[in-house]
Amino acid sequence: MEKRLNGKRISKASLNGFVNYGIVIAAFALIQILLAVQKPLGVTLVSNIMQSLLVPACCYIVMAVSLNLTVGILGELSLGHAGFMSLGAFSGVVASFLLAEAIPFAPLRLALSMAVGAVFGAAGGVIVGVPVLRLQGDYLAIVTLAFGQIIKNIIMVLYVGVDGEGFHMALSSERFHLAEEGTAIIKGPMGAVGVQKLASFTAGFVLILITLLVVQNLVNSRSGRAIMALRDNRIAAESVGINVTKYKLMAFVTSAALAGAAGALFGLNYSSTVASKFDFNSSILVLVFVVLGGLGSIRGSIIAAAVLYVLPELLRQFNISDYRMLIYAIILILVMLVTNNDQLKTLAGRIIPKRKGAASHG
Amino acid sequence: MSFLNNAITGVSLGSIYAIIALGYTMVYGIAKMLNFAHGDVIMVGAYVCFFAMGNFNLPPAVGVVLAVVVCTVLGMVIERLAYKPLRAAPSLAVLITAIGVSYFLQNSAQLLWGAATKVFTPIVSGSLALVPGQLSISYVAILSVACCVVVMVGLTLFTGQTKLGKAMRACSEDKGAAQLMGIDVNATISMTFAIGSALAALAGVLMCSAYPVLSPTTGSLPGIKAFTAAVFGGIGSIPGALLGGVLLGVIETFANAYISTELSDAVVFAVLIVVLLVRPAGLMGKYVPEKV
Repeated sequence: MEKRLNGKRISKASLNGFVNYGIVIAAFALIQILLAVQKPLGVTLVSNIMQSLLVPACCYIVMAVSLNLTVGILGELSLGHAGFMSLGAFSGVVASFLLAEAIPFAPLRLALSMAVGAVFGAAGGVIVGVPVLRLQGDYLAIVTLAFGQIIKNIIMVLYVGVDGEGFHMALSSERFHLAEEGTAIIKGPMGAVGVQKLASFTAGFVLILITLLVVQNLVNSRSGRAIMALRDNRIAAESVGINVTKYKLMAFVTSAALAGAAGALFGLNYSSTVASKFDFNSSILVLVFVVLGGLGSIRGSIIAAAVLYVLPELLRQFNISDYRMLIYAIILILVMLVTNNDQLKTLAGRIIPKRKGAASHG
Repeated sequence: MSFLNNAITGVSLGSIYAIIALGYTMVYGIAKMLNFAHGDVIMVGAYVCFFAMGNFNLPPAVGVVLAVVVCTVLGMVIERLAYKPLRAAPSLAVLITAIGVSYFLQNSAQLLWGAATKVFTPIVSGSLALVPGQLSISYVAILSVACCVVVMVGLTLFTGQTKLGKAMRACSEDKGAAQLMGIDVNATISMTFAIGSALAALAGVLMCSAYPVLSPTTGSLPGIKAFTAAVFGGIGSIPGALLGGVLLGVIETFANAYISTELSDAVVFAVLIVVLLVRPAGLMGKYVPEKV
């Protein structure tokens, strides 16, 4: 199905892509306007809690979109996406510290740190992807889960620091010989400490746009079609000459690199970060965003991540704060039941009239 | 001597993992789903036993039985309400539902019993000294290994000899064909969840007797590790779950003692990855080549 825009032929897929950019830009503009007018008007439009959630929400949107590339587009279940985020976060923090003197200009240093995070994420993706992508289904899931745990455990005992003699790195506090005047950047179980907070909402916004650019162009390319062919029927795809390993790895590593960049932004948003923040539960959290947003739907991931990341925090303000995670769990189960059970689906369909073209992917 | 002590600790920890993994593997074999809520059933079992013993002064044996009964019912209720409506749904939807159930159980436990860590009173205490002062086996360890062996033999006989056990195997092979043979597939799946949850309760009590801390998240890491053990041994295979569980416990204990306390989990998971690369279906799993 093709439409015309500015006299150019444009496919439905790229139109959908433009709508996604539009949504993100509009949301960014709206929040910036609200932030700008609330001071002169003297009213609180975006509370302090909300403001503190902007950057992490951007990170989680990038995480969700990138995980959707693995789970929705490639069709492989990954339970260790937070592991790549962790790699990115800690490498980004170290990079930002080392570059502090060379590049005093914060936005450039942030961009470079995120690039370093992406490189480390991608390297992690290659290390995990090359051996394990030949496993399938639940076995791949358990290996990605195992990988996430390994990364977490290693960073828990990792010590990184700089002193007069140069760069030091060790896997235990006894072997970590840092001179008196040196600075420790990562201190084992305490994680990264004394981080200069470079992250900004604008950087998060730019990262989301870059993510969309990368993922949407990949999905709509020849490679993207090959990746989706592998998802739909691996044997048929292989029989028409699609290189399974190459395309699986392409999707997996791209996804890991984006998670690494998001991790770097996340790490540079707090003055200290611990490895346990990126555990199994945060991998699951991102997976929930992807599944509730709709597998393969980029727009769904963006909206689900934004809403579901902010929602539990907003529930904190009400009296029900003790019950918020319980409510979250019940909503999660109910949504899954209603969207996947035929009887409940028809029941819900009678109450809420089905919108047109609901099956289309964004 | 420290080597032998570690080996004993490893085998007893491994037995507990094996009991959990047996439940995991049976549920996976029949329902083809990763039941992430399994770990939290362990936690519920341990809490029930804790309160039965602490608040109502019931003898430990009654506490254990009560825990098993409560978890069996809980497992069947969870299956009926959350998983049964999703029988035809994509596996990812079931996975997310299982995660939802897991959150639900954890947060309910937190609301009902508080987030604070409780100190569990072991159901049996004391230890058997083999070499006085140097080598001893705690009664909890003996009990864990004994329970594991009994459960393993019981399950093997059950799935091999009884009508219901054969029905379970038939359902795990082919649900449609099993139904045509007159097997009530829903009842069989429900029964599998009941058995799995009963085993989880038993494991919960044993685990908390060996490592006496109890909190709403007590079950999640052992749950993940037991799942790892089940995959390690070959998911769906009962002897595989036992082998995987015991090996996992031994590897973890030795890594803890000789490599590093903090890295013991990393070593366990690294071994899992290596095993899966060499034997993609696990140590005792059947490798089924894809037919084109």
